[in-house]
Amino acid sequence: MGVAVNRERIRVGNGCGFWGDQPDAPILLAQHGRLDFLTLEYLAELTMSILAQQRQRDPQLGYATDFLDVLERLCPLWRDQPNLRIITNAGGLNAISCAERACEIVRRHHLRKRIAIVVGDDIQPRLQELLASGHSLAHLDTGQPLETVIDRVVCANVYLGAQPIVAALDQGAELVITGRVADASLTVAPAIWTFGWSWTDWDKLAAATIAGHLIECGAQVTGGLFSDWTSVPDLANVGYPIAELEWDGTFRILRPESSGGMVTINTVREQLLYEVGDPSAYITPEVIADFTSVTLRALEPDGVEVRAAQGKPATETYKVSIAYKDGYICSGQVVLTGHDAADKARLCADIVRSRLHRAGYEPQEYNVELLGTGDTLPGIWPRTRPPEVVLRLTAWDPRRPVIERFAREIAPLVTSGPSGVCGYATGRPVVREVFAYWPALLDKSTIKPEIHMLST
Amino acid sequence: MRLYNLALARSGDKGNHANIGVLARSPEIYAWLKDFLTAARVEDYFRSLRPSRVERYEAPNIWGLNFVLYDVLAGGAARSLRLDSQGKSLACALLEMEIPQSAKPPH
Repeated sequence: MGVAVNRERIRVGNGCGFWGDQPDAPILLAQHGRLDFLTLEYLAELTMSILAQQRQRDPQLGYATDFLDVLERLCPLWRDQPNLRIITNAGGLNAISCAERACEIVRRHHLRKRIAIVVGDDIQPRLQELLASGHSLAHLDTGQPLETVIDRVVCANVYLGAQPIVAALDQGAELVITGRVADASLTVAPAIWTFGWSWTDWDKLAAATIAGHLIECGAQVTGGLFSDWTSVPDLANVGYPIAELEWDGTFRILRPESSGGMVTINTVREQLLYEVGDPSAYITPEVIADFTSVTLRALEPDGVEVRAAQGKPATETYKVSIAYKDGYICSGQVVLTGHDAADKARLCADIVRSRLHRAGYEPQEYNVELLGTGDTLPGIWPRTRPPEVVLRLTAWDPRRPVIERFAREIAPLVTSGPSGVCGYATGRPVVREVFAYWPALLDKSTIKPEIHMLST
Repeated sequence: MRLYNLALARSGDKGNHANIGVLARSPEIYAWLKDFLTAARVEDYFRSLRPSRVERYEAPNIWGLNFVLYDVLAGGAARSLRLDSQGKSLACALLEMEIPQSAKPPH
């Protein structure tokens, strides 16, 4: 395998947990992290549907454009750290365009780099062919056949694994741009490539998968989102996480010494169960990782060592995420004031509904939330009667004109509702097309990832 | 006493389902929580959000209980009309659970 094959330890840092994460985080992590690999994760479950809309408007788009801003700022650092490799799923639905733009940026900085593009995750053009050859792509939870929504599908992607990224690194890639890839695989790939692990060394693959899972959400393992938030120092400067992996599968979760936040047994325990189903069987394209197998040890002054991970053979399927058009939604807000603010808010909600009814535009779904009174989780938080209430009205309907009419009914509350209405200064709320989520499985044998190389 | 005196928690979404990881603050508390914080109790606590079912998984190595609340997000991130369409506040809400002294929680 590649040049780094004899190394015994690598440091993989993740500088981005989702599209919209802190813009300075990747730069600070690359500056202070002493990294071998920098990963940047941009694709949440529904990001692909937003990218599909952008690509529809402009065929040159459909990738996480923020990555290009990050790359621009990383290039000067890359000159000082020539061995740093960057792996990102910023390619989204258009990894080729993303890589071409990345190439231009790297060239402008007079750097000579090899850039790999991983494609093959996008199965939208093949849906009919796959259905015809007996792959049902049935909804993972409901079992419904895809045929029920197929004419409304906007994107369909399999979660690829570490294999094509390892192949790209083998070909000398210093920047790897992928589309949809399992988040943890961004970390698993550099470990496999560096240590030369076998694809059936399940325990080691599980270890790297757990490391990837722990760092994939950025600051969530270094003090962000932590229950005992008052004990976290300097969240403003929270460090982004580093997984320091060893050839035997042992790894440490760390953060740059100069940063804020903290990595403790407790922050690691919380993140270990984040967005997990059965913790003894966390399924990725590489392995089924057993999160209940690991032992954690606190490091001084900060950090956690993770040992003894166990894994089982991977499944025969890839997970697929499909998004399909599902009507229109709009959400608008006003603020009501006074000791009877909650009563006024309820009246406003009734007024809007009744005006929509009179106009013949009653939405199929209508939701009223009196934020501040306990309505984020109705029936769970105790009801309160605060002196001010944010009234949030949300409507959904398959017919766009219904939701457009709803959007026009919020502002009139200012003059034709009860007294004490304020906080309506941001204009008419935006009508948004809804993209619903359709998870499915697909036989791995149907997918052949490809790698294209570019050089600057 | 409330659950936050005994445990940490974090929640998130997977499509229309949510999970809440609950981490006991000590092994003694974990042993007690395994009996007290059953799937049925969590399902009852969140009944106003109408989960179709709640499943509990154990992670004894981290003194953890993981609850999966099925169909609890009213459609999930894209489709739900709720403000918290991703169930981010569920962990916080569960930690507010009142623990009756009659349940003899560890100190």
